[in-house]
Amino acid sequence: MPETALEPQTAESAQSAQPAVKPQTTLRLLLRNKLAVVGLVFIALWTLGAVFADLLPYGATQPGAGGLLQGPTLAHPFGTDNFGRDLLSRVLAGGRISLWTGLIAIAISLLIGVPLGAFAGFVRGRAGGLVMRLMDMLLAFPSLVLAMAIAAAMGPGMVSAMVAVGIVGIPEFARIVHGQTLSLRERDFVEAGHAIGLPARSILIRHIVPNALAPILVRATLGMGYAILTAASLSFIGLGAQPPDPEWGVLISDGRGYIISGEWWMTTFPGLAIATSILGFNLLGDGLRDVLDPRLRTSK
Amino acid sequence: MNLVLRRVAAMVPALIGVVVCIFVLTRVLPGDPARTLAGDQADPSVVAKIRTEMGLDKPLHVQLVQYFSDLLHGNLGYAWHTGHSVASDFASRLPATVELALVALVIALLAGVPLGVVSATRRDRPVDHAGRVFSLLGASMPLFWLGLMVIVVFYNKLGVAPAPLGRVSEGVNPPTDITGLYIVDSLMTGDMVALRSSLSHIIWPALCLATGSTAIIARMTRSAMLEVIGQDYVRTAVSKGLKPSVVTLKHALRNAAPVIVTISGLQFGQLMGGAVITETVFTWPGIGSYVVQSVLATDYAPVQAFTLVAAVVYLAANLLVDLVNARLDPRIADA
Repeated sequence: MPETALEPQTAESAQSAQPAVKPQTTLRLLLRNKLAVVGLVFIALWTLGAVFADLLPYGATQPGAGGLLQGPTLAHPFGTDNFGRDLLSRVLAGGRISLWTGLIAIAISLLIGVPLGAFAGFVRGRAGGLVMRLMDMLLAFPSLVLAMAIAAAMGPGMVSAMVAVGIVGIPEFARIVHGQTLSLRERDFVEAGHAIGLPARSILIRHIVPNALAPILVRATLGMGYAILTAASLSFIGLGAQPPDPEWGVLISDGRGYIISGEWWMTTFPGLAIATSILGFNLLGDGLRDVLDPRLRTSK
Repeated sequence: MNLVLRRVAAMVPALIGVVVCIFVLTRVLPGDPARTLAGDQADPSVVAKIRTEMGLDKPLHVQLVQYFSDLLHGNLGYAWHTGHSVASDFASRLPATVELALVALVIALLAGVPLGVVSATRRDRPVDHAGRVFSLLGASMPLFWLGLMVIVVFYNKLGVAPAPLGRVSEGVNPPTDITGLYIVDSLMTGDMVALRSSLSHIIWPALCLATGSTAIIARMTRSAMLEVIGQDYVRTAVSKGLKPSVVTLKHALRNAAPVIVTISGLQFGQLMGGAVITETVFTWPGIGSYVVQSVLATDYAPVQAFTLVAAVVYLAANLLVDLVNARLDPRIADA
């Protein structure tokens, strides 16, 4: 009996020692998930738009590309703004700013949150507890309010918005990695690492963090949408990107004064851009979660 | 009572931590409040003078002690752009924000809970799929854009919403001030004109503000209900011939309630953040729009104060959640 009881455990341990994210399998399963594919398409469209925005005939900040406040036409499919700037060029160039903002903010959250969570979960005790209490404290602030306070302290601007959104995201990653580390550190392959004398840092970096990659990847994808939304909100209230930068929140703020007089396109297209890109990351994140953690498929 | 005291006492370190967090974030991050206030072109001597006035030239620990002492005296700082103390500006505007957030929470609960229950009981049917789509869209829609679209459609095009300016229409007198919440005050004084006007003004921003929370409450209710519905006692209730509605509402929902209460409390905290955006779009005279005006005037004391108030509201909402849950589930009270 003991042998049979040991078998599944050993098999499970051996499996756990492999990184949980296998790119090819993940991609293949992801492409079978229709909603995730829709998400990927949205993200791909905005990424392509951002990359090739400069190829459009009008510059994003070039005034007088068309008449002032022209509705959508063939020459200007998204219309023009109050300076006669082409809105399609501005929305696509805005995508570049928004996507970069999201990426850098997530990178900040990851680079600080993952080591903090791993450290707290691995050493536990008073030091680990202190780190996690600090993270809980940060979670006590409504995220947009905390981002506002940070951006205001640093002075308005795109860099402030990226740092603010990045800091706001730290506790989520720290919590995820903390939870994963707590459970992984009890597993056989970690104990085996200790037994053969691997240094703690090596166990943490080479064995524990790679095994926590799946939830980190899911959170980072969902977090991209959230980061874009928060950065756009900061720009909308004047704390993020500043005019004439065509960031999406700035574009909507620019168009705000013209909705009562009927120039709906100035707010509609940038708004759709934000909504579809966030939707894209949310769908992709949900899809990734389904693929990487099949247990969640039933509870979605 | 013992539980209330225990939970209130547990809040004290959290509050101290929150204050320290705000202090550290606003003083340690790169950025110079004195320079921001003086403007980029200001003479260094002017910046130095402002720095001294703001106490920024003192060591950090002295600044922290000063900050705590100010807060204990109810001093949240001074708003340069209004010429008043932040505390007095907040006091006059807080009821508008609280009323907006409460109405939004009520809408989110009235819409989100039934949507979650129906999605769970009709799992994988069209209504469940519609609920999922709504949740996804609700989570993806930028609040400020949604607000603007509501104004375009319901005020501009259809003319069914009042002009998005203030809490009552022009020419209507606000109700006599008792609580500062116009709906409550007009009901207490029997002022039906003010009641109608304030309801017609609050409903649009509240609907927008409620969208995200409705989506989250619906999703959490659905998963909490699914978990409960699968349990043996629910199957027993069904098999002994109880009506499905009684099983759903009396047996299942009652046991899913703690999850719903918890998520509602968390959402109330988040609504404070959403209020900043909604109030700006609808020119709602609460502390959210006041904070944005402060930002535009590069006056940051109100922003810090708002951060603190929002965190305190969040902690208080959590406390309330704990107490309500202890009532709903005696096991929590004994824990």
